[in-house]
Amino acid sequence: MKVSELASLSHSRVLTGEYEDREIACGYTCDLLSHVMGKGQQDMAWITVQAHMNVIAVASLMDFACVVIPEGLPVDEMIVNKAAQEDIIMLSSELTAFELVALMHENGVPAAKKG
Amino acid sequence: MMTIKETFPVTAGDMTCAGDVSARIKRQMKQVGVPAAVMRRVSVGTYEAEINLVIHSLGGQIDYEMTEEKITIRVVDNGPGIPDLKKAMTEGWSTASNEVRNMGFGAGMGLPNMKRNADEFQIESTVGVGTDITMVFNI
Repeated sequence: MKVSELASLSHSRVLTGEYEDREIACGYTCDLLSHVMGKGQQDMAWITVQAHMNVIAVASLMDFACVVIPEGLPVDEMIVNKAAQEDIIMLSSELTAFELVALMHENGVPAAKKG
Repeated sequence: MMTIKETFPVTAGDMTCAGDVSARIKRQMKQVGVPAAVMRRVSVGTYEAEINLVIHSLGGQIDYEMTEEKITIRVVDNGPGIPDLKKAMTEGWSTASNEVRNMGFGAGMGLPNMKRNADEFQIESTVGVGTDITMVFNI
């Protein structure tokens, strides 16, 4: 599944604007950053309600495919700008994290392997 | 033989800049073509250490040294030191404040993540003096 397909199926807004599409290798949802650092893999789609600078730092260091903010939660413009600067694709969806995971799973995205 | 060395200061309490040093080290590794898997392990270890400096320490520094065989990250802070290292190394144990927990830190995985990702891991800490961590990553 590509980020563009996820964006389309989940009716997400791409907060960071234009982007180079990339393949999603696996998915994970967690709001504890150290768990994400432990489990994270390259090209992973990460669903989190956290929307601050450190989320961008983690996504960039781990080279994630995208960050998805569920439930239409607000994201500060400064965070979006930082994400764009770091080439992190940031999506905002009205769906819950649970619904987003289900959607990815139905479309063949595997879970991130156990760390 | 190629050796790259650099020292980065880390300011205590500044959450908005937390991760900047790790990002700079990653860029340097990328420039010289360090394999992705090694880069990932170094990034996780360095980021966890950097976050610990910001959250828990009174400030400190990260030394980065790269040769053709290995990358060494040394993290030294100015205190306060860890009273019980065994506890600090236990997954799930954390003394982080509610404020940083709300940001998704304080899962008690920082030091275990560093140890797991490094090929060699050493930690020494003295209360009132500070903490000294060395991580070696083989390329």
